[in-house]
Amino acid sequence: MSLPLGDLVTILPELLIVGIACLILVLDPIMSTGKKDVLAWISLGVLGVCALITVGDFGDRTMAFSGLVVVDAYAAFWKMLLYVVSGLTILLSMSYLKEEKIELAEYYAFVLLALVGMMVMVSGADLLTIYLGIELMSITLYIMAGFKRFEARSIEASAKYFVLGAFSSGILLYGISLLFGVTGSTRLTEIAAAVNGPTLNDPLMLLALMLIIVGFGFKVAAVPFHMWTPDVYEGAPTSVTAFMAVASKAASFAAFLRVLLEAFGGMRPNWNLLILAVCLFTVALGNLVAIVQTNVKRMLAYSSIAHAGYALVGVVVAGWVGTEAAVSSRGVSSLMLYLAIYSFMTLGAFAMVAMLRKGGLEGEEIEDFTGLAKRHKGGAFLMLVFMVSLAGIPPTAGFIGKFYLFMAAVNAGLAWLAIFGLIFAAISAFYYLRIVMVMYMREPSPEQERNTRLVLSPQVSVVLAFAVAGVVLLGIFPGPLVSIADLSVLPLSSVK
Amino acid sequence: MIVTEVVATGGMPWLTLVLVLPLLGVMATLLAHESLSRPIALATSLITFVASLPLWFAFDIGTGGMQFVEKHLWIDTPAIHYALGVDGISMPLVLLTTFLTPLCILVSWTAIETRMKEFLISLLVMETATIGVFVALDFVLFYIFWETMLIPMYLLIGVWGGPNRVYAAIKFFLYTLAGSILLLVAILVLYFEGGQTFDILALTHASYAPSLQALLFWAFFAAFAVKVPMFPFHTWLPDAHVQAPTAGSVILASVLLKLGTYGFLRFSLPMLPDASVTYTPIIMALSVIAIIYGAYMALAQSDIKKLIAYSSVSHMGFVTLGIFAFNAQGIEGAVLQMVNHGITTGALFMCVGIIYERTHSREISENGGLAHAMPKYATFLVIFALSSVGLPGMNSFVGEFLVLVGVFAWDKLTATLAALGIILAAVYILYLVQRIVYGPAAPKMLSKLTDLNPREFGMLVPLVVLVFWIGLYPKPLLDVMHASVKRVVASQSDSVIVQPPTVLDDHVLVMSDVIPSALAPLEIEDTP
Repeated sequence: MSLPLGDLVTILPELLIVGIACLILVLDPIMSTGKKDVLAWISLGVLGVCALITVGDFGDRTMAFSGLVVVDAYAAFWKMLLYVVSGLTILLSMSYLKEEKIELAEYYAFVLLALVGMMVMVSGADLLTIYLGIELMSITLYIMAGFKRFEARSIEASAKYFVLGAFSSGILLYGISLLFGVTGSTRLTEIAAAVNGPTLNDPLMLLALMLIIVGFGFKVAAVPFHMWTPDVYEGAPTSVTAFMAVASKAASFAAFLRVLLEAFGGMRPNWNLLILAVCLFTVALGNLVAIVQTNVKRMLAYSSIAHAGYALVGVVVAGWVGTEAAVSSRGVSSLMLYLAIYSFMTLGAFAMVAMLRKGGLEGEEIEDFTGLAKRHKGGAFLMLVFMVSLAGIPPTAGFIGKFYLFMAAVNAGLAWLAIFGLIFAAISAFYYLRIVMVMYMREPSPEQERNTRLVLSPQVSVVLAFAVAGVVLLGIFPGPLVSIADLSVLPLSSVK
Repeated sequence: MIVTEVVATGGMPWLTLVLVLPLLGVMATLLAHESLSRPIALATSLITFVASLPLWFAFDIGTGGMQFVEKHLWIDTPAIHYALGVDGISMPLVLLTTFLTPLCILVSWTAIETRMKEFLISLLVMETATIGVFVALDFVLFYIFWETMLIPMYLLIGVWGGPNRVYAAIKFFLYTLAGSILLLVAILVLYFEGGQTFDILALTHASYAPSLQALLFWAFFAAFAVKVPMFPFHTWLPDAHVQAPTAGSVILASVLLKLGTYGFLRFSLPMLPDASVTYTPIIMALSVIAIIYGAYMALAQSDIKKLIAYSSVSHMGFVTLGIFAFNAQGIEGAVLQMVNHGITTGALFMCVGIIYERTHSREISENGGLAHAMPKYATFLVIFALSSVGLPGMNSFVGEFLVLVGVFAWDKLTATLAALGIILAAVYILYLVQRIVYGPAAPKMLSKLTDLNPREFGMLVPLVVLVFWIGLYPKPLLDVMHASVKRVVASQSDSVIVQPPTVLDDHVLVMSDVIPSALAPLEIEDTP
C-alpha cells in the first residue's frame, strides 16, 4: 500500500509544525546561548503560516488517510484557537524562562510537539488517531511540567502527572479495545453505525463507553478525575500550567465531544445523565474548594476545574435526549465559545502570576498581590479584568460565555441547571474578588513593597494586551466569534 | 404594533450621548494629571447633566410610549439590540442620576484623600451603568448594565470606605449578585416563552401562562427585592451605607436602591400582571413590615449614618407599597417618592459626610450643638430632616400622600399601618435633630466645627430648591409621569383577576385641594 500523497496536504499544518519542532532540536546545540530567542520567533512564525492554511479549512468536511483523519470547520475552529494559545504561551515563556533561569530551546520544540498532538486530537476521526494525539500531547506535557528540573515541586508535579496520565490513557485504551471487540472498528463513523445497529444493548458496549468517558474525564480534569490537577498546576512552571489549563483542556474537550457525538450519538440516553452528574460535581467541587486556597496557582487550578464543569453544561445540552438538532448544536457552539473565552481570561491570569516576582521567585501566594494597585496600577487593573471575567460578570467576555452556555441549557429545558451553574458562579465571585480585594483594599507591608514587583517585558505586555483585548472585545462584540462557532459545530447529520 | 408606540426623537441620539459622556470623562481623567482629575470629572458630570436636560424639555408628556428611542442590532444570534429609550417613569430617574453625580464629585472634593483618580473613574463608570439600567430597552443590555455597576460600587465601598469596608463591600456584592442569578434565568426563559426576543416592549406585550408568571415573578422578586432592599433582604444595606464613603452612600441611596423599584415597575407589573396581583398581599405585607421595622430600627441607632440607612429601608417600603397599589395615585406617588428619596436621603448623607469630615465621628453623642457652631449647616440639615419626615410643602409629603391615597384605595388597614411609619419617621428624625443640632456641643469637637464653605453651600442649595419645588409645585413632574403610569395601570387591568374597586374617600377630596395636581390622576380613576 503506497502512501496517499494527496492526503498529506490535509495535514500540512501538522507536518510543518513537526518539521519546525525537529529543526529547533537540531539548531539548539549549534546556536550560541544568547540567540535562543530566534528559535521562539521561528516557532511563532510557523504558527502564523499554519493559521493561514487552516483558515481555508472552514469549509467542507474532508476525510483523509482512509478515514483516520478528518478536516472540517469544527477541527479548524479548535486549531485556530490552539495556534493563538500556543503563540501566546511561547511569548509568555520567552520572558518567564529567563526569569526562572530555565531557558532551554527544547522548550519551544515541546510546545510545538504538544500542539501537534492536540491538532491530531481535534482532527482525529478514528479512536486510535485520537489516542495517538493524546499521547503525543501528554508525554510532551509530562516533560514540560518537570522543566524546572532543580526544583523538587516541579519534578513531583511531572511524576504525578505522568503516573496519573498514563493510568488514564490506559483506561482510555482499554475502552477503545473493548469497543473494537464489539464493533470491529475504531473509526468513529463505523462505531456510530454499530451503535445504531444491533449491538446497542451489548453490556460490553456500555463498559467501553464508560471507560472512554473516564479517560477523557481525566484529560479535561472533571470531578472525580481531577485529583492530579492542583498539584500539577502548582508545581509546573507557570507558563506550562497556563498551556495545560488552556490548550490541553480545549483539545481534550474537542476530541471528547467529537467522540461522544459522532461515535456515541445514538447512545445519548446512556451517557447524558452520567455527564450531567459529572458536570454538577465538577462545578460544585471546583468552586467550593477554590475558596479555601491561599496559593493563586492552586486557586486557578480549582477554578479551571470549575470552568471545565461549566463547559460540560454544553456537552449535556448537546446530548440531552428529546432536544432538536438545532438545540443540540447550540450546546456545541456555546461550549466552543466558552472555551475560547476561557482561554483568554485564564492565560491572562496566569501571565500575571508568572510575571509577579518576589525576589527571584514567583509571587504565587495570594498575599503577594497585596497592595499591587498602589505600585502597578495598570497591572492590578488587568488582573481585576481577568478576575471579573472569570467570575462571569458583564461587560466582560466571561459573562458572554456563561450567557450562551446557560441560554443553551434553558433552551434544552434545563433551566434548573442554569440556576445551579449561576449560583456557583456567584460563589466563585467570592474567591476571584479576594484577589481584587488584596490588590486594592489592603496595604502592603514594607517588605512586600520592596520585594514584589511586576516584570513586564515587551513580550509579556503583548500577551497581556492580547488577553485583555480578548476579554473586553469579546465581552462587547461577541458577534463574530459567535457566528464562527455557529458555523463550526459538528455536522448535524451525525447527531441522531 | 411595537413600532407605533415608540416615539423616536429624530436626529440627536441624546441617550447615547448621556451614556457615553461619562465614559469619555473616564478616559480624560485617566490621562490627566492627578491634580486635574477633579475638575475634569466635575466638568464631565456637569456636561452630562446638561446633555440630559433635553430629555426633560423635549419630552412629550402626551404619550406613555418610549421616547428618544435608539435601536441598533448588536448581536445577531440571538438578536440582541442596543436599544435605548425613556418614558415618564425612567426619565425622572435618569435626570436624578445625572443631577446627583456632580454633587457626589463635589462632596468628595476634599473628603477623599487617596487615589482620587480611581475614585472619580469608579464614580463616572457608576453613572453610565445606572443610567444604562434606566434607559435599556433590551433585556440583555439591561442585565449587562445591571451587573456592571457592581464592580465600581464594590470598589467605592471597599477602597474608600470605613474601617470595616472590606466586609461591607463583599457583602453588598454577593447579596446583589446572588439576587441577580434568578433574574438572568428569568430573562432567558422569557426569551423562549415570549417569542424569541429580548425586546422589553415586545416581551411586555406577550402573555404568559399564570403558572409561569408565578415562577418568573419570584425570580424577578429575588433580584429586585435585594436591590430595593425589601425586608428581609435589607441586611446588606446598613453595612454598605455605614462603610461607604459619602459619595458612595449618596449613589447607593439615591440611585442604586431605585433600580429595584424601577425593576418592579418596568418588568414585574406589566409583564406578569396576573402573578403581580396574586402576590400583592405578600409584597404589601413585606412593605409595611419594612416601613415599621426600618423606622423602629432607626430609632435605636447611635450612628447617624446607620440611622439614615434604616430610614431608607422604611422610605423604600412606601415606594413598593405604592407600586403594588396598582392605581395611578399609588404608582405616581411611588415614582415621585423614588425621586424624593433620592434628593432627601442623598442630601442627608451629604450632611453627614460634611460633619464627618470635620469631627471624624458619626456618633450622635459626639456631635452636638451644631446650631451654634454651624448655623448655616444646621439650617440645611433641618430642612432636609423635615423633608424626610414629610412636612407639607416639601417634596416627600406629596409622594407619601399620593402613595397613601393609592394604598387606601387598595386596603384601608394597610394604609393605616403605613401611615404609622410617617409618625415614627417624625420621631426618629426629630429626635436626631434635637440631639445633634440643639443639644449641647461636645467640648473637644467644638474647635473642629467650622461652618459650610462655599463649595459645600453650593452643593446643598440645588437640593433645597428641589425639595421646595417638588413640595410646592409637583405638577410638571407628575405631568411627565401620567401617560406612562396610565399605561402600567392599563396593563394591570388586562389581568384576569379583577382588581379591587377604587374607593374615593371624602378625606382625599379635601386634601386634594391642597395639592391640585393630585386631583388629576384621581379623575382618571374616577370612571372605572
